[in-house]
Amino acid sequence: MAINTKKAIKISQKHLLGIQDLSISDVNLILSEAKKFILLNKSKNKKINILNGKTQINLFFEPSTRTQSSFELAGKRLGADVMSMNITNSAIKKGETLIDTAMTLNAMHPDIIVIRHQDSGASNLLSQKVNCAVLNAGDGRREHPTQALLDALTIIDRKNKIQGLKIAICGDILHSRVARSNIYLLNMLGAEVNIVAPSNLLPKDINKLGVNTFSNMKKGLKDCDIVMMLRLQNERMTSSFLSSNREYYEYYGLTPDKLNEAKNDALIMHPGPMNRGIEIDTKLADDINKSVIKEQVELGVAVRMACLKIFCE
Amino acid sequence: MKKKYFLNANVVDPYNSIEEIGGLIVSEEGKIEAIGKKVNKNNIPSREKFIDLKEKYVFPGLVDMRVFVGEPGYEYKENFKTLSNAAIAGGVTSVVTMPNTSPVIDNVSIVDFLKRRGRDKSKINIFPAASLTKNLEGANMTEFGLLKKKGIIGFTDGNKTIQNTRLMSRIMKSAYDLDCLIMQHAEDLELSKNGMVNDGIISTKLGLQGIPDIAEKIIIERDLTLLEDLNCRYHVSQISSSKSVDVIAQKKEVVNFTTGVSINNLSLNENDIGDFRTFLKLSPPLRTEDDRVSLIKGINKNLIDVIVSDHKPEDEESKRLTFSQAATGASGVETLLPLSLELFHNGSVKLFKLIELLTSNPAKILKINKGNLSIGNDADFCIVDIYKPWIVKKEKIISKSKNTCIDDKKLQGQVVNTFVKGEELFKI
Repeated sequence: MAINTKKAIKISQKHLLGIQDLSISDVNLILSEAKKFILLNKSKNKKINILNGKTQINLFFEPSTRTQSSFELAGKRLGADVMSMNITNSAIKKGETLIDTAMTLNAMHPDIIVIRHQDSGASNLLSQKVNCAVLNAGDGRREHPTQALLDALTIIDRKNKIQGLKIAICGDILHSRVARSNIYLLNMLGAEVNIVAPSNLLPKDINKLGVNTFSNMKKGLKDCDIVMMLRLQNERMTSSFLSSNREYYEYYGLTPDKLNEAKNDALIMHPGPMNRGIEIDTKLADDINKSVIKEQVELGVAVRMACLKIFCE
Repeated sequence: MKKKYFLNANVVDPYNSIEEIGGLIVSEEGKIEAIGKKVNKNNIPSREKFIDLKEKYVFPGLVDMRVFVGEPGYEYKENFKTLSNAAIAGGVTSVVTMPNTSPVIDNVSIVDFLKRRGRDKSKINIFPAASLTKNLEGANMTEFGLLKKKGIIGFTDGNKTIQNTRLMSRIMKSAYDLDCLIMQHAEDLELSKNGMVNDGIISTKLGLQGIPDIAEKIIIERDLTLLEDLNCRYHVSQISSSKSVDVIAQKKEVVNFTTGVSINNLSLNENDIGDFRTFLKLSPPLRTEDDRVSLIKGINKNLIDVIVSDHKPEDEESKRLTFSQAATGASGVETLLPLSLELFHNGSVKLFKLIELLTSNPAKILKINKGNLSIGNDADFCIVDIYKPWIVKKEKIISKSKNTCIDDKKLQGQVVNTFVKGEELFKI
C-alpha cells in the first residue's frame, strides 16, 4: 500500500503524554495517519520500513498484554528496532529510581520511549529527563492517550463520525485513565459524554470536565450510540468500594435489559481485559453485531503505528 | 559587647503595641535597653556612633512554631547548624522543632541530648516539642509532666494525627492537669489515606488520590467538641480550607484554643502544582483559591493566630521521584517573612497584624518570653528592607535541603540583619 508522504500539518507536541495536551488538528493528524495503516495491517506484507534505523524502547512497569504487544508490533511493522524492557529482571527491582533508569536508557540514544507506569505523571517526569520522544502507554489513573485515540478511530470506522453522538462510559471511572483520556477526546470531537458509575467510583468534580454523571445505569444509557464499559480495577482498590461483584453486576454490569435503553444500533466497547460476568454479560461481549471489542484491538495497532511515525519525526 | 544604637527605623513590636518611627538601644549584655520614638538623636550621647535605619523596619525576631529538623537521624536533610543558618537569614530567631526524628523525641533522655545539640550547634533559640504518643504510634501517651520539667514547651505528633478519640480525650485531660500545650495536626487518616493533593478537579485531572477538606474539618470538630469537656491548652497546628475556618469561627464562641496556618497555604493554591511539581506536595495540601482567600479572611477576623513556615527539609533524592513516591513537605524557614510580606504588599493583611502572627502570638501560645522587644529582654530582632525586590532561587537556599516550593518566585522584602541576644549573626 502506498503511504501518502505529503508533508501536511505537524504535530504540536514533542511527546504524547495525554490527550489534554493535544489540539484538534493533532488528533486529526494522528487519526488520518492511522486510517492509512488499517489496510496495511490487513494486507499480506505488513511491513514498511519508514522507521528503519530508529530505536524504540518499551518500558512497562505494569503488566500489560494488548498495549505492550500492540506497541511492539507497531514498531516492528514500521521497521524500528524494538526493545521491550522486562522490569522484573531490571535494575528497577534493585531500587533504581525512574529518573536514573531514564538517564541510563537515554544514554543509549533511543528515538522513542513507550512507558506504562503505575504512578500518575510518570510519563511527564520521564519526558523531562530524556532527549527522545516519550509516548504514554498509561500512567496511573491519569491518561492513556493511545487507547482513547483507538477508541475514537473505532467509532469513526463504524459510525463515520463522532460529532453529535451520545456516548456512555460506564464503570470504575475513579481508577480509570482510559475514562479520563476518552472524556477529553470525545468532548473535543463533539460527542455528548455520559458517565455511569456508583458514587464510590466517581472522581470528585468530574462533572467539571463537561460530562453528565449518572449513578443509575439505565438512565445513563438512554438513547446512547456507544456504550463503553470499563474494567473494575480491583488491584487499585485499597479499601472497600463495593459490597460484592454480584451486586455490582446487578446494578452496573452491562446486560441485555440495560442495553435496551440505548439506541438499537448502539455499539459496545471495552478497552480490555474484561471481567466477564462482572461488568459485562459474556454473550454481549461476544455479540458480533453489537460488540466492537476485537476491532478496538485491531485498530490499536494502526493508531500506535501512526503515533510512532508522527512522534519519531 | 559594645552598646548598639539604631535610629530612624520603622519599629513594629505588636506585643508592646508599638508601630512607629523610632530607635532601639541594645545594652552591653545584649538586652533591649530602650525602644521606640523616645530613642532619637537628641537623647543619645553625641560621641556614640549610631546606625541609621531610615526606611528600614525593625521587627522582633520571628517565632516559627512548626519546623522539622533532621537531627537526630536525618542529619543529611537538616541539622541544627544548617537550620539556624537558614532561620537567621529569614529573621527567625526562635523555632519549635517537631519530634518526628529518629529516634522520636518521646522521652526525657533524648531531650537532654537535643538540648545540648541545640545549644552547641545552633545560634537561634530552639524550643523542642515532644511527641504526644510514644514513637508517634498514636497508642500510649508520653510523660508530659516529666518532659515539661526538662524544658519541652509543647506536645505534638508532628505530621501525624491522634486518630483514637478516647486517647485524645485522655491526652487533653492530662494536658489540663499538667498545663501542657497540645498541638494537633488535623487530618483524618482514613479519609486522607494515600492522598497527595486536594480532592477536587485537580486531583481528578492529574489522576492523583485526593485528600478531602473534610478530613481536616472532622478532626478539628472532634477535638473542639472534646475540649468543651475540659479546656486544656489546645492548638490546631495548621488549617487549609474554608470549611475549617467556618468550624473555628463557630467554636471560638464556646471554647478557648488557637489556630495556625502555613504560609504555603496562604500564598499558593492547588493550581501551582502544575505538571506534577513534587516540591508542592505538601501536608496539608494546597487547596483551592477560594480556600486560600478564606484563610486570609480568617486572619483578618482574628480566627487564625499564627503563621508558620512548616519547614520540612527533604533531600533531592526524596523529591526526584514520581508524585506519589515523592516525600511531602517544603523547606521554608528562610522565606517565611518575605513570603508573608507578600500578603502585606498585595493588601491582604496589615503589616502589624502580620508581624503579630509571626512573633508575639506564637510566643504567647507557647508561653515563652520571645517575639517581643520589651525592655530588659534578649535583643532578638531583625532589620528588614520590606520593599527590596528579589527572586527566590533554589541554588541560593541556605538550608541543607533545597526543596523550596516557591522557586523562581518574585518577592518583595528581604532581611538585612538578624540579631540574637544583641549579637549580629546575619548580614546580607
